[in-house]
Amino acid sequence: MKNILTSSIAMLVILLGFTGCNNGNQSGGKSGALSNNIAEKVYVAPGEYDSHYAFISGGYSGNITVYGLPSGRMFKEIPVFSQFATSGYGYSEETKPMLNTSHGFVPWGDSHHPDISQSKGELDGRWVFINENNTPRIARISLTTFETEEIIEVPNSAGNHSSSFVTENTEYVVAGTRFSVPIPQRDMPIKDYKGNFQGALSFISVAPETGNMDIKFQVLMPGFNYDLSHPGRGKSHGWFFFTTYNTEEASTLLEVNASQNDKDFIAAVNWKKIEEYVNNGGGKMMPANYAHNLYDEHTHTATSTIKKEVRVVNPIDVPGAVYFIPTPKSPHGCDVDPSGEYIVGNGKLSANLTVHSFTKMLDAIEKEKFAGEAYGIPILNFEDVLAGVVEQPGLGPLHTEFDGKGNAYTTFFISSEVVKWKIGTWEVIDRKPTYYSVGHLTIPGGNSGKPQGKYMFAMNKITKDRYLPTGPEMEHSAQLYDISGDKMELLLDFPTHGEPHYAAAMEASIIKEQSQKIYKLADNKHPYAAKSDADTKVVRDGNEVHIYMTTIRSHFSPDNIEGVKVGDKVYFHVTNLEQDFDVPHGFAVLGQNNSELLIMPGQTKSSVWEPKQVGVWPFYCTDFCSALHQEMQGYIRVSAADSDVPIKWSLGEDIE
Amino acid sequence: MKKASIIMIIGSLLLLGLFKFPLWNIMLGAPQYPDPLGMNIHIDGIKGVSEFDLQNIDGLNHYIGMKTIPKAEEMWEFSVFPKVILGMALLGVIIGLLGYLNKVSYKYFLGWFVLMSVLGILGMYDFNNWLADYGGNLDPHAIIKVTNPDGSPMSYKPPLIGFKKLLNFDVTSLPHTGGYLMFIGMSFTLIAFWLGRKMSLKKTTS
Repeated sequence: MKNILTSSIAMLVILLGFTGCNNGNQSGGKSGALSNNIAEKVYVAPGEYDSHYAFISGGYSGNITVYGLPSGRMFKEIPVFSQFATSGYGYSEETKPMLNTSHGFVPWGDSHHPDISQSKGELDGRWVFINENNTPRIARISLTTFETEEIIEVPNSAGNHSSSFVTENTEYVVAGTRFSVPIPQRDMPIKDYKGNFQGALSFISVAPETGNMDIKFQVLMPGFNYDLSHPGRGKSHGWFFFTTYNTEEASTLLEVNASQNDKDFIAAVNWKKIEEYVNNGGGKMMPANYAHNLYDEHTHTATSTIKKEVRVVNPIDVPGAVYFIPTPKSPHGCDVDPSGEYIVGNGKLSANLTVHSFTKMLDAIEKEKFAGEAYGIPILNFEDVLAGVVEQPGLGPLHTEFDGKGNAYTTFFISSEVVKWKIGTWEVIDRKPTYYSVGHLTIPGGNSGKPQGKYMFAMNKITKDRYLPTGPEMEHSAQLYDISGDKMELLLDFPTHGEPHYAAAMEASIIKEQSQKIYKLADNKHPYAAKSDADTKVVRDGNEVHIYMTTIRSHFSPDNIEGVKVGDKVYFHVTNLEQDFDVPHGFAVLGQNNSELLIMPGQTKSSVWEPKQVGVWPFYCTDFCSALHQEMQGYIRVSAADSDVPIKWSLGEDIE
Repeated sequence: MKKASIIMIIGSLLLLGLFKFPLWNIMLGAPQYPDPLGMNIHIDGIKGVSEFDLQNIDGLNHYIGMKTIPKAEEMWEFSVFPKVILGMALLGVIIGLLGYLNKVSYKYFLGWFVLMSVLGILGMYDFNNWLADYGGNLDPHAIIKVTNPDGSPMSYKPPLIGFKKLLNFDVTSLPHTGGYLMFIGMSFTLIAFWLGRKMSLKKTTS
């Protein structure tokens, strides 16, 4: 009897225990995320760091945004091709030259495809490059300062879209043209496009130490649209592959007229061969007009140089350098697997996904098995080069990335999904929806021989109902997936800024350690820097007034300035004397037709003010820098144009 | 006695570590300074733990009216301390050598230790006085004035040793490598004395 009682109580306890568990599960919510511990996979506890950096193109914002993965938090917007009032980029005297072009000052850009520099086929985290589509340019951004250091304009190009992808040792950053144009530009009827327009593929060399860019040569190709590109790697290092559309060479209603050919091409370019040709004096210098803008970290100032010629190469002059591989239906993305063997042509109007073999391509070239030629460039046979076809994986394939474990992931714009398939067997393994109409996808280490295949994120073009509504205009949405298992698992949905096209991502370790905290004041070589209170002064030079000003918590020096007149051009050269991490000071003066300045510790920035009204006008620090930030203010007296108030300045005492 | 003398010499030489390593260290952490600011006190001057720490400490201290951290030439201590340390090390080595040659007795070892201890205590007393002046002698026009409950101005004196909370800052003050080497060196001389005494007692009893 006693035993029965004991065991009954034991049973009861166990049952209660189960009930307790059940209750616990229910109170955990019905969300699939919580019950599957998905939330834990993206949760980065306060004070902890994300495991990956993502550099996401801002599209029509012209910039790059820096995100953390897996949290999907945005850390910074790096101004690149657009004026950025937040920091004064493109407004300050120092950074205006960054946006100079052969067309003059261009305040805006359309940034597309970031790509991180590589050494030996692996991401080295030194720089990220990005292309500007509209006024063709390539930018190089430092991943120690997270600032744009260099922008080079690409002449003979238009719609700089098949860019800015780097070769496996960052020998070149490559820029192709989406819109073919007359080369050189000239006044001619548009209807004479066919046979007269050309497409330039630009190989921009990158200096190994400084990263400085220089256009080594441009290959002048037939007038197709060169849509996207990727470098060969490993066995195919030395080659570059570009998708084309509009091989019909239509100049109007392209949505119909450029969709007629059953197959367009992937252009395979042996850049090593052309490089050798050029090094031996091949090609010719042609007159050109393009800007090369370089920012110096020590003078904190950019300079813009207009270059007057560029080396061009006619592909027919370099036998064996360029071939066309037929690829179905206006291929968009052109993606090379980590081994360098497979080249995926994402035929956006095709139901199938075409994969070419590099080995087979070399074989066909060696045996000279050509189907014909286009403008003197040999065309290979589709079947001779074909490695395999992924049959009917979805609708509207755009881009493919790889996980380094033998799998590929392709985005499908029309059916709004990511499809995982196996390289070699070409079978579909998994598919997951995206929200909605996905463009690019990114796997950290994407364009390299060593993808870091833990996460994948899809960047979508359409948001609709994903977030709280914000009127007609919304940020785009992105989804993060865990790809460590057989099946992809949706982890997170996060908004992205502007229109993200591609994104480059990598594990955080390298970049995190090298990220700079301050600029050393001792290294500041700005010609108008005031490195201490003793250097501050106000100098009149005709109708220009130069104010050498310093900031430190919590005052400007000088903070009382007199002797400025209506009609003067007043330069505030503001040096931040702080040498402490994350203590910027801001500067703004009432009524200035300019942005503020946000000056990092050790930096000098200059803002021009042309006062139009007599009065005493305040200026102040715009960044809540310290407990006495509100007191960080000053006055500048503006007198009539014909007045004789002398230039004087002070700090801490009245101007006598 | 030879063993004791060698230990005496090693102990005295350990003082020379002060020419390379800091004697003392004061760290200042705050919510805004997850990487604390710090100053290393060397016998010949005060240095920042990181390149710009002193400048940043001075920048913060100006709010509460503290004087800037003194440069080496602004305090007589920083020219005298190195001489005292060098002198004491030399003296210890000489005593050790003489002990080795049986020219002096082990009692000199203790004599050196006592002298060093007196000098050390004087040094600490002086250091504490400086800390009190540094933390308490404030600019009457200070931007921020904090008073104790009794209305007297709050002192920002860092602790001589240990931890103290000063407004938003957590201040920790502890000996550093050079200081520890000095303490070890001094205890070596004490051991030398004890060993020498033991040996000499053995000699007399046998």
